[in-house]
Amino acid sequence: MGKPNKEQTLATERRRKTILSVVLAIICIIYVMPVLAVVINSFKANTFVKTATFALPNAQSFVGWDNFVTGMTFGNYAFFDTVKYSVIITVLSTALILIFCSMAAWYIARVDSIFCKIVYYLCIFSMVVPFQMVMFTLSKTADTLKLNTPWTIPIVYLGFGAGLAIFMFVGFVKSIPLEIEEAAAIDGCGPIRTFFSVVLPMLKPTLISVGILEIMWVWNDYLLPVLVLDINKYRTIPIHIQYLRGSYGTVDLGATMALILLSIIPVIVFYLACQKHIIKGVAAGAVKG
Amino acid sequence: MAVRNSIRTATRRWSWLFLGPVVAAFVIGFVWPFIQGIYLSFCQFKTISDAQFIGPGNYGKALADISFQHSFWYTALTALVSLVLINVLAFAVAYVLTQNIKGSNIFRTVFFMPNLIGGIVLGYIWSMIFDGILAAYNTSILLNTAYGFWGLIILMCWQQVGYMMIIYIAGLQAVPEDMLEAAKIDGATKLQTLFKVIIPNVMPSITICVFLSLTNGFKLFDQNLALTGGLPYIIQPDGSTVNTTEMLALNIYNTFYTSGAGTRGVAQAKAVLFFILVAGMGLAQLAYTRKREVQQ
Repeated sequence: MGKPNKEQTLATERRRKTILSVVLAIICIIYVMPVLAVVINSFKANTFVKTATFALPNAQSFVGWDNFVTGMTFGNYAFFDTVKYSVIITVLSTALILIFCSMAAWYIARVDSIFCKIVYYLCIFSMVVPFQMVMFTLSKTADTLKLNTPWTIPIVYLGFGAGLAIFMFVGFVKSIPLEIEEAAAIDGCGPIRTFFSVVLPMLKPTLISVGILEIMWVWNDYLLPVLVLDINKYRTIPIHIQYLRGSYGTVDLGATMALILLSIIPVIVFYLACQKHIIKGVAAGAVKG
Repeated sequence: MAVRNSIRTATRRWSWLFLGPVVAAFVIGFVWPFIQGIYLSFCQFKTISDAQFIGPGNYGKALADISFQHSFWYTALTALVSLVLINVLAFAVAYVLTQNIKGSNIFRTVFFMPNLIGGIVLGYIWSMIFDGILAAYNTSILLNTAYGFWGLIILMCWQQVGYMMIIYIAGLQAVPEDMLEAAKIDGATKLQTLFKVIIPNVMPSITICVFLSLTNGFKLFDQNLALTGGLPYIIQPDGSTVNTTEMLALNIYNTFYTSGAGTRGVAQAKAVLFFILVAGMGLAQLAYTRKREVQQ
């Protein structure tokens, strides 16, 4: 057998890649199946969700938008309110973390006093502490300080989330040459103007990465809000879904799937819209520790 | 140097503005609860105000608790099995996706997508799917420990493979082109190139992913709660119950909030032990990466 010539090798290579593409396409279809299952089951009557989970809705099982209508007031709680609270908490927490942690990180990186070092190492330390360690005491402290509403819980998120944010910001600030800030100071900028009009714009890529990580964390977080918030009044989306499914007695699975679908649509839209940033942010956040 | 010092002095005057908010929130949200948590693990308490110091007794009770021991081994097994599967699958997908094949961007988008869905919602999506399959055999994921175990593993893979894949892709793209070229010229086979050139070069990514999936596995809570909630349970000879698919975080949560307020001291002691375990893994990672950096 002679050596295959170059054209043959290229042809085999191309065929191999096509096969790989096809295999991956099939795996991808299997991969999105769970989401498709949510979609089809949100249009089915409750009894059919369990018995014919993977069948498309038919004349018998199809209930139109009924599940969505039921789901809206499911568990005697308006779904719209859970969306509202989730949005308030996520937006406020992310904003607080981005503003205050970038400020603190710049101060830590530039002043570098002993107190700064202590804060910085405590932040790194907080990243390896699991939430269960502080959950009971944190929920009591938050209660005492009236941090148990959607408008005040962002302070708790700022405290518990400061670790990763400060770590990432300090890393980036250290890579910015000091000369730029010196030039600003010589031109008469005080520390506040230097930070907000010179440093902050340069931090943009890190702001986006940290922002994405915090949004993903806060939006999906269940345990912290369920322990801190007064849940008879305020429920976020994960809390609401857990309360519907976790309560004993008969559960309307069709309506639950409708709510799950409603809650993942914004996430998927957000993902497709900022995919590039999300993937970059995740890759940057993974290098922590 | 004079400029530098004067800037520093000027900045220091604003410390209350730059550091104040974060330090205050950090004390409320982390430092104080942490210190209080350590103290309470040596106390008998229902609420914080009635805490009475009793010494290390809670730790003895925590370690002797059969459900805690069970959840430790169950968590360790889940973490190890998921670690191996997630990393092998993620590396394989990343390897294929960096081969310049058609549609790799779409594939990457799809594989990463489950990461954005929260743990509670993930758990309920999969519990519907598993129960849909198991309904044909007249059983449920809540009735069988083995189904609960593998169900959780499948869920974790579905969620995390895309995440680790992103890290591996970044690692694989950083492998020097000339090294691959040299291997090709030397007549190395694809497998030889993979094991002798590519894998040693992506070792930093592998370290990150291994530790990340290990701690993810140990800290898992939402998915565990939503998928099986620890069920099924078995009753011990002494009358206590053990939830067979309950992981450490859920065990601690249940000791705090569902076993009645009488066991809160034990729960806090368990939480401290859990913290030592997870923090130990974090420190091991730090030490390991430092050592490698020194060697390079």
